[in-house]
Parts: sequence; structure tokens; C-alpha cells
Amino acid sequence: MAAERFPIEAGHVMMFARSVGDPNPVYYDEDRARSAEVGRIIAPPTFVQASAQFDPDYPLRPKIGQPWFGSGKEASGTAGSGGEQRDSASAPPGGGAGRGLHAEQHFEYHRPLGVGDVLSATTRPGATWEKEGRRAGKLMFAETITEYRNQEGDLVVTARSVGVRTERAAG
Amino acid sequence: MALRASELEVGAVFEEPVVEDLTRTQIVQYAGASGDYNPLHSDEVFATNVAGYPSVFAHGMLTMAMTGRMLTDFVGDGRLLGFGGRFTSQVWPGDTLVASATVAAIREERGRHEAGQHVAELTVRTVNQDGAEVFSGTATARLDP
Repeated sequence: MAAERFPIEAGHVMMFARSVGDPNPVYYDEDRARSAEVGRIIAPPTFVQASAQFDPDYPLRPKIGQPWFGSGKEASGTAGSGGEQRDSASAPPGGGAGRGLHAEQHFEYHRPLGVGDVLSATTRPGATWEKEGRRAGKLMFAETITEYRNQEGDLVVTARSVGVRTERAAG
Repeated sequence: MALRASELEVGAVFEEPVVEDLTRTQIVQYAGASGDYNPLHSDEVFATNVAGYPSVFAHGMLTMAMTGRMLTDFVGDGRLLGFGGRFTSQVWPGDTLVASATVAAIREERGRHEAGQHVAELTVRTVNQDGAEVFSGTATARLDP
């Protein structure tokens, strides 16, 4: 996920923590967070994944005025156009059965991340490799590395995502 | 509350239930918060009729985030140095997940500071109600002495 500006906002952190079922007050209660070791509302460990919200090209978010591959009147809004196959290693998990899936995710934490920080995210491709799958033919793995830096330009989180694609749909 | 190296032993296990009877609504909540609106996770019609799955299923990153909750409950807030792993099975609505961390090593990193930083290496595993592994990984955390 590339994003020029990914502001860490209190409401977003609260919603994210709720969605993962984490009741820890350090994610929403400013007074409690201030008196804790961390000193402010911090982001949960996997929160940088929500930078997808700030990536203008993120493929797994409906774009205003454009067809979307999920269901409306029909089971797929882009059936036949191949839209349901769209995916990328940086936007896992991808489209339909046998297409791209999110295989691995790794985070390195260099600095604390909290509300008020403004990150920027840059991505670069990493290693690629292949493996012979048992059911779906060749499995093709591709790494994407994303570096998140704060408003001072300091590295905060390095994320390494591994996507896997199959040669043909898995049975 | 942070962990102390002096009170922690290799082989110690911390285990926590992280979701019981996962709902489609929670998956939708995660889609909204994370920004990953892939209809495989929130659109039953698409997931079954177009993609051929038995139902929608959870984002791998939701499983990892729930596993992360177990980790921060164990090691304390803002203590993780690294966290990663593989998504080994899909997670479906109705699943109940238990996440665990096992202390694999405790070491002291000597840097510029006179007193070294104590660090724990953890093996991380999340399983469903049938005992099937859905996430398998590792984490590293800072400890108090």
C-alpha cells in the first residue's frame, strides 16, 4: 500500500481496535493512555494495514462512479470483464478462487506509532519464488515491502507481505 | 504491564481466546476499518456464486490482528519489535479462535547502552475450534530486566 499521507487518527484507531475485538483502553481512552508507559493513544500492531484507506489506487475499494466487482443486481458487477480477477500482492487477499491470496505478513517495529503521527508509505517489490503445489499446479509467490515513515522522516514500521497466485484454480 | 525477563522462562505459554463464533458483521467491521473491501469477505452472493467458496471468509489480516491482541495482552503495549507469520487455513463465520505465544528464547541485546535490552523470542500460533492451525508465526518483544 503506497500512501503519501496516512494520518493516524483517534476515531480510526478506535474503529480498528473494535473490529478486531480488542477492548484495550490504550486504543481509545486518552486519559488512560497518557498515564500508561506509552503516553498516548497508540495503534494496534497490525494497524498500518489500514493505510489501504489512504492509497488512492488501492484496488479493493470501490471507486466512485466506477463499476465494482461485488454483487448488486447481478452476483458480480463486472462479470465477464475479468474485474473479479484483479488483485496484486500489495492488495491481498485478491480476487476469486484460485487467484491471488495473502500468504504471509511480517512487521518490524522501529518506533512507537500513535495518534497524531502522520506516516507516508512507499512500496517496492521483494523476492519472487515458485513452488509446486499439490492441487493447483505451480504456486507463484511475490513479496512486497512497504516502509512507513513518520512526519520526521524516521522509519516506523517495515511491512513485508507475501502474496501467492496459483497457475490454475485450486480444486 | 510489561513482562520481566527475570520472571519469564523459556517454554512458558500464554494463551487467549480471541474470538468466539466469528460473525459476518465483525468481518464487515474489519473491512470498514482496514479499507479492504474485497467482496470475498463481505458479499455472500459474490463469494458463493462467483468465487465458488462455501461462504464469505475472514481477511487473513483480521486473524493476524486478533492474534496481535493476544500478543499485546501478553507482552504489554508498545513492546513488540517484530510480528509475522503465515496464514495456514481460512477462517470462516462461526469459527472460534484461540491464539497462543510460547517463549522460545530470552536474550540480552548489548548495544550502545551499558545495560542490555532484554528481548523475548516468541512462537505464535492460532487455532480454530477443530484444532486446525489458521496462523503460524513468530514475534519479538522488549522485556523489562
